[in-house]
Amino acid sequence: MRGRRTAPYLLLLPALAAIGIILLWPTVQILIYSLQNFGEPQLIGTQPATWAGGSNFTAILSDPEFWLSLRTSVIFAAVVVTLSLVAGTLAGLLLNRLGRRMATFVSGAALLAWATPQVTSSVIFVWLFDPDGGIADWLLSRMPHWLVGSTDWSSFNWTTSGALPAYTVVTLAVIWTSFPFIAVTVLAGLKSIPAELFEAARVDGAGPFRVFRKITYPLLKPIFLVLLLLSVIWDFNIFTQTYIITGQLGNRDEYNLGLYSYSQAFSLPPNIGLGSALALVLTVILLVVTAGYVRASVRQGALA
Amino acid sequence: MTAPTATARRPVPERSRAALTGRRPRAARRARRVALNGTALIVGLITLFPIFWMISTAFKPATEIYSLTPHPVPEHPTLGNFDSVINGSAAGQGLSFWIFFRNSILVTLIAVLLAAAVSLLAAVAVARFRFRFRSSFLIMLLIVQMIPGNALVIPLFIDLRAAGQLDSLPALTVLYATIALPISIWLLRNFVATIPRDLEEAAAIDGASAATIFWRILFPLVAPGLVATSTFSFITAWNEFVFALTYLQTPSHYTLPIYIQYFTGKATADWGSIMAASTLYTIPPIVFFLIIQRRIATGLVAGAVKG
Repeated sequence: MRGRRTAPYLLLLPALAAIGIILLWPTVQILIYSLQNFGEPQLIGTQPATWAGGSNFTAILSDPEFWLSLRTSVIFAAVVVTLSLVAGTLAGLLLNRLGRRMATFVSGAALLAWATPQVTSSVIFVWLFDPDGGIADWLLSRMPHWLVGSTDWSSFNWTTSGALPAYTVVTLAVIWTSFPFIAVTVLAGLKSIPAELFEAARVDGAGPFRVFRKITYPLLKPIFLVLLLLSVIWDFNIFTQTYIITGQLGNRDEYNLGLYSYSQAFSLPPNIGLGSALALVLTVILLVVTAGYVRASVRQGALA
Repeated sequence: MTAPTATARRPVPERSRAALTGRRPRAARRARRVALNGTALIVGLITLFPIFWMISTAFKPATEIYSLTPHPVPEHPTLGNFDSVINGSAAGQGLSFWIFFRNSILVTLIAVLLAAAVSLLAAVAVARFRFRFRSSFLIMLLIVQMIPGNALVIPLFIDLRAAGQLDSLPALTVLYATIALPISIWLLRNFVATIPRDLEEAAAIDGASAATIFWRILFPLVAPGLVATSTFSFITAWNEFVFALTYLQTPSHYTLPIYIQYFTGKATADWGSIMAASTLYTIPPIVFFLIIQRRIATGLVAGAVKG
């Protein structure tokens, strides 16, 4: 065939051009801006951007708000990744043992949660935990004190009372939409394990924990690894839910790394240089995890 | 050699026989099934609850929404919330839900078409040709897909500003199509790879041109794959938040997610209207998910784990 040599490059050209201009070049720009003094005057164009060396980074490292936001991001990701993997795996194991009707009901419910856009789930959870009329406060105020503590829950404000209450709501909202994907993926893996293996184990008297530890987990390890890495990437990189549930940048003590970087770049006065430096830290952390994800995928023959 | 194994195994048949025929085990099995179904019922209902509460609130009059004792189901169901969303009194400035719906649907559909066309070309290249940088290109896709949107939002703000394209829905459309490209190419590649090469070769021998081969043979066979991948692009574009939030400045240019969060942020949030708008906004992705539900899991995992 003529042009066999150049054909693949021509076919790739539109995709490469779009990805190059809109995704790759801006990533380089983040690096450039992070090394510049780039604030409001440079944005308006009254002053040119000047090189700042590493001053944005030294500013970050000595900034307690950066460390606080990084800590929030790390703790949140650790908690949510763990909880959503456990919840999703349990739901997958449950689905695998249900009869047809019940399985349809549960997976139908999970599908609805999964399909719900992030903005919708955030708004629903803000409403569920609203101090005026939210059902969570009503429920908690009617529970015995020994169970829920002596806080006056009747009009407790989950958004403005610090990071812990706000991120509790974010955690619930995120787990609600993220466990179905994990459950369905684990279920697909479970179906690929021959049933005789489970039967043999049961006949040999192995309990459910032992079966999971000795059969299910080792066989599904590659799937769990990919789920773990994807969850870390998604939960560390979270923005929509935290932006809406922590009150649209209104509560500084509730910033995670994403919110802090965004607020530096876009709150008045804008500081693009500092915001970019923070965004670079976020990107580098994510790319390190992504490297693990790519390695796991390549090992499983994804490039074939 | 055989004796110890035999004794070690002896309890097993007794156990399994008891499990199949004994009275107590049967009762135990039933109890276990009840417990299993009970757990499933609770899990299902908890999972449904947030959506139920959204829809239920959307149909409640304000007196029931803010009453001191919650009403699980609207006692006096009303369409008033939907009405104020659609006639525009909820957002103020007379901006109707349909304006934002039109913005969202136009941006999304055009982005889906663009992404489908560009990613099909790239998928054919990757699935049908062996060339230098092929592996590098695939790895680049995996990595690029993970660059956080809330990092890219900063440089793209400056680029769009320089190009005079802030607040522009066409610019947002191109942006969404590009964000959808990596996963689209990655998924479509698997579909193209499953089409037997012999078909194309036979057509080529019969004298068909490259264009004919593409349109008459490859395209019809890859169409189901295009539908599946387009669903991902649809959801990416329909749900996208941070770029729209940052770049769209005129309220009449807002897409639906920005419209919905915009009035959540107001001091006196009108929850009836917010829930009504959220319900309408959530219907299209749910319909899409129901259509392609079987493909979603296999598709996403195929990208990662390759089935």
